[in-house]
Amino acid sequence: MKEFGRYMIFLGSLVVRRETFITYYRLVVDECMQIGVKSISLFVLVSTFMGAVTTVQTAFNLVTPLVPRYVISQVVREMTVLELAPTIMAIIFAGKIGSSMAGGLGTMRITEQIDALEVMGINSSSYLVLPKIVASMLMYPLLVIVAGVCSIIGGYLVGTLTGILTPTEYIMGIRSIFNDYTITFALIKSVVFAFLIGSISCFKGYYTQGGALEVGIASTEAVTSSVIAVLLADYFLANLLL
Amino acid sequence: MIKIKNISKSFNDKSVLRNISGEFDKGKTNLIIGSSGTGKSVLLKCIVGLLHPDTGYAFYDLRNFTDADKDVKSEIRREIGMLFQGGALFDSKNVQENVMFPLDILTKMPYDEKLDRVNFCLKRVGLENVNKKMASEISGGMKKRVGIARAIVNNPNYLFCDEPNSGLDPQTSILIDELISEITHEFNITTIIVTHDMNSVLGIGEKIMFLHKGDKLWEGSNEDITHSGVKELDDFVFINKVMKSLKGTKLV
Ligand SMILES: Nc1ncnc2c1ncn2[C@@H]1O[C@H](COP(=O)(O)OP(=O)(O)O)[C@@H](O)[C@H]1O
Ligand SMILES: [Mg+2]
Repeated sequence: MKEFGRYMIFLGSLVVRRETFITYYRLVVDECMQIGVKSISLFVLVSTFMGAVTTVQTAFNLVTPLVPRYVISQVVREMTVLELAPTIMAIIFAGKIGSSMAGGLGTMRITEQIDALEVMGINSSSYLVLPKIVASMLMYPLLVIVAGVCSIIGGYLVGTLTGILTPTEYIMGIRSIFNDYTITFALIKSVVFAFLIGSISCFKGYYTQGGALEVGIASTEAVTSSVIAVLLADYFLANLLL
Repeated sequence: MIKIKNISKSFNDKSVLRNISGEFDKGKTNLIIGSSGTGKSVLLKCIVGLLHPDTGYAFYDLRNFTDADKDVKSEIRREIGMLFQGGALFDSKNVQENVMFPLDILTKMPYDEKLDRVNFCLKRVGLENVNKKMASEISGGMKKRVGIARAIVNNPNYLFCDEPNSGLDPQTSILIDELISEITHEFNITTIIVTHDMNSVLGIGEKIMFLHKGDKLWEGSNEDITHSGVKELDDFVFINKVMKSLKGTKLV
């Protein structure tokens, strides 16, 4: 609970602006590049396989011939948009980007780079952390869209290549009974998750004390705490918005 | 000249500094010495404003820094350079970007002028042709030099160094000490150095403040340090047999 209070104060300290807009703009662009480059290949890989596996498993479970086979791709689409792309990818995002944010900030703290910024009169928390959070919130939804597309392509490839269903059936399933609110919902979720992962990871890293061992601990805690926060938020958002 | 008055600081009821007062002269290397854990770094952080003291003030040429409003604070900050223990270089930047960073933040100089200034400072600390090396690629001694270059790039009036020669071999230590001392005299800077290294104390200790467990016990120069009559200081100075045999004699 005390930790939560410190987290709130930390968030407050971010918006006490000191630097010019152009400085933040440059830093945000920089962070966006970093996030994109670091995570795109992993996202493509994981989501393609997720789509593929979902297709195979759904086909395996649909044993009755009463259900038309295009339902398989419909299930793949719903699973991908609602849960796999935004939520499962958030866990990957926390592992890849969250841990590196916490590790980077933790290292800056213990090697006194943060003190060096403060001596120059820079509000280090807003200078270092705000761009990271904003960049996550911009990039993560884009990555989720990429992941969604890859997942559906993965399903298509496996489904048609192994003869589970024909290309026509797959496309038909993808297009049938589509509620576009699910996309909006997925994007809202992504922005919220990205904020949680970015801010919690930075919080853990920024307040590291001690040495290299503590940086490792901060990095691990960043992943654990942000994953828990993401799952809780997932539950509340589903209750609230669906 | 920097003057401190009655600075006290505690962390969670643990008193680290008690009523420290003193003066640090312009154009001199002022040392804060004492064994590890006596609060030297905490005192330095209170002076530069990284920590807020519980009581007391730091005055920069009669300007009260501790209780200053935002404008005065940032004005004084522009005149401060600081060298951190490990150099504290930004590892995402190369040497040139590191040294230029204070100019980027604190001035509106055009790029060419900044580059000239950066090259001048790097040359002054004995580093040439390393501009494009990343901070992680250079040795400990070089990091300290780059740290010094970054600290002096904006022509500071005040220079702070926390253990400038920790982690360096004795020869490099002495070179770094001499570099800081030369720069202090050359540019007439008020320099405060935190150290527990006796070589530095004897070598460049023009004005010395001795801290012991949070209290200031002695103040003087390296010429007087061997006959201070303060027991704790004697324990600090005469660490080994060779030094003990010199007790009472004049070393500098
Ligand atoms: N941020 C802090 N929180 C709590 N205790 C601290 C903090 N910084 C320093 N201390 C304590 O203050 C004492 C003096 O530390 P320091 O000034 O770093 O010693 P040194 O003289 O070796 O530089 C130590 O006992 C240390 O544990
Ligand atoms: Mg120290």
